[in-house]
Amino acid sequence: MIELLQGLLLVTGSLFMLIAALGIVRLPDLLTRMHASTKGASLGVMLLMAAVALHFLEEVVFARTIAITFFVLLTAPVAAHVIGRAGYFVGIELWKGTLKDELRPNYNPLSHRLHSGLKKPAKESETDALRDGRSEGGKGDSDTRA
Amino acid sequence: MQILIHLSFAILAISLVLCFVRLVIGPSLPDRVVALELLSMIIVGIIGVHALQSDETSFLDVAIVVALMSFLATVGFARFLERGGRRDD
Repeated sequence: MIELLQGLLLVTGSLFMLIAALGIVRLPDLLTRMHASTKGASLGVMLLMAAVALHFLEEVVFARTIAITFFVLLTAPVAAHVIGRAGYFVGIELWKGTLKDELRPNYNPLSHRLHSGLKKPAKESETDALRDGRSEGGKGDSDTRA
Repeated sequence: MQILIHLSFAILAISLVLCFVRLVIGPSLPDRVVALELLSMIIVGIIGVHALQSDETSFLDVAIVVALMSFLATVGFARFLERGGRRDD
């Protein structure tokens, strides 16, 4: 019985890994590729580690597999966020079928400043002037440094 | 059971090859970093299946280390991409 469950977990986990790899080859865009790889690979690692824990049935192995699972669950979203942010700033091309890029109208790529859409209609000219002045003074030299 | 383990190895190997294809043809550096991250995830899975096949629990420590290294590499690459190579801190 345990063997059957273990084999099922093994094959399912490997299939999720295969789905993640297929997604990373087939999907058109950095962000969609990330969406495939992060979730599919996390679930695949979790299932494979469950199979390993079922095979050994010892406390030490339980601790290690749970450690691996939690580590993957903690780090995969953080890594995806960080690399997606870096890719957006570098200026990757989005997919042609992208319907909405909500960051583009509210974000100034030169000064790296984000202003919320709520404040904009009230005093647009003043905040814009303030933002430009600040970007020339404070942020400008940091941009040239970076 | 052995058949299922071998089948799992075969599927994981196919995923490695597909991931490597993206690593080679990826048009930009972020694509390649995402492919590398998935590659290390698949390697963690392969190490788990190998530990299961060989009845050796100490391979699981290797899996932990590989997961840690992949996270650190991704964060390092992201910092490198955002700052353009030179850091001012």
